[in-house]
Amino acid sequence: MELAHTTNTAAQSYSPELRELLFQYTLQLADTSLILGHRLSEWCGHGPILEQDLAMANIALDLLGETRSLYQYAAELEGQGRTEDDLAFLREAVEYRNPLLVEQPNGDFADTILRQFLFDGFHYLLLKQLQNCPDKRLAAIATKSFKEASYHLKWSSEWVIRLGDGTEESKHRIEKALDHLWRYSGELFQMTPVEQELHKAGFIPDYAQLKQQWDEHVAKVFAEATLEVPKNVFMQLGGKTGLHTEHLGYLLAELQYLQRAYPGLEW
Amino acid sequence: MLPKVTTQEENIWRLLEEVCDPEIPVLSILDLGVLRHVQVREDGQVQVTITPTYSGCPAMNTIAADVKLKLLAEGYPNVQVDLQLSPAWTTDWLSEEGKQRLEAYGIAPPVEPNGDIHALFGRDTTVRCPLCQSENTRLVSQFSSTACKAMYQCQECLEPFDYFKCLK
Repeated sequence: MELAHTTNTAAQSYSPELRELLFQYTLQLADTSLILGHRLSEWCGHGPILEQDLAMANIALDLLGETRSLYQYAAELEGQGRTEDDLAFLREAVEYRNPLLVEQPNGDFADTILRQFLFDGFHYLLLKQLQNCPDKRLAAIATKSFKEASYHLKWSSEWVIRLGDGTEESKHRIEKALDHLWRYSGELFQMTPVEQELHKAGFIPDYAQLKQQWDEHVAKVFAEATLEVPKNVFMQLGGKTGLHTEHLGYLLAELQYLQRAYPGLEW
Repeated sequence: MLPKVTTQEENIWRLLEEVCDPEIPVLSILDLGVLRHVQVREDGQVQVTITPTYSGCPAMNTIAADVKLKLLAEGYPNVQVDLQLSPAWTTDWLSEEGKQRLEAYGIAPPVEPNGDIHALFGRDTTVRCPLCQSENTRLVSQFSSTACKAMYQCQECLEPFDYFKCLK
């Protein structure tokens, strides 16, 4: 059941171009939270200990809550009669706009923690700025999710420190995760044409500034974790423009199975 | 002396005091601060606005359905429940009475953080055990049985307990 939102927007007064840009951007944010939330939910029942199993399920739930608010708004912006469910369940992999990082498989616990840490820093800093977005609806969603994201970042930062500065085995695992995942961190801050336009229009922050703050946080946490910040790594791009790794297709096959097999099925 | 006039809206607020959070049945949606507005329109439609504690709170749909059922039973067949995200819910909206009921139920109520809640590695807040009142407790996990709670353990009576975490 979808509850109607009370925060109306100035969306009706936007030019068709601005409306399209905001639709694309909102969709990209929604896809990102959905895919990462889904990945985390795959841990449910498989966590290394009960408390961390619950933590991952909780964070997944926060992300899915944010996802719903965003898809509902995206559907309104598009105004073509599609619903949040249509956007989540009935699009092909090439139509998804999430960065490559969030679709990477869970791997071991260290892989999941590092993926989360790289993303949380970005998410936290972005939401912090989006609270001032002139679009009232996006600002309201960001304000809500920002409070939650601060708990996520705290959790993943503490775990990076614990694994990095832990046992020989845990350090080896998190270093292995870093070798593999760092190459996907650059895309978070690489602005797409949609993001550049929205930044020019004053709707979203300059990602270069976010990157600077993100670098500082990563350096601080890595120093405590006795990990080295990788240098001169070639950054993989593509997800935000629809060019995904093979992993997304498999993820969507599971995520969308029910709606594809039984269209329109409800609880 | 004139009888006290209660408007329809006041009546509805009073009725909704009996709608509880499905996860924490000792708290009403008024205690929680989840119920934001009640408006009766000229055509008789009742508009009720609720706000989620956390974005993904799965209790929202249940609460909306409970509100409708309660009001239907009390003679208000035409009810619309809307969701409001802004201003975002904060633990400041929990009533004092609600906090006391939480503690009596075995969930430690939120306490003011010692420092900046957004500081990453700040000192943990001192949380009192709702069972033996000891302040010698430790955080087990920031996340617990629901998104709004953290898990603690008492170092004195050794019981694990939920803490309704501070959200600002």
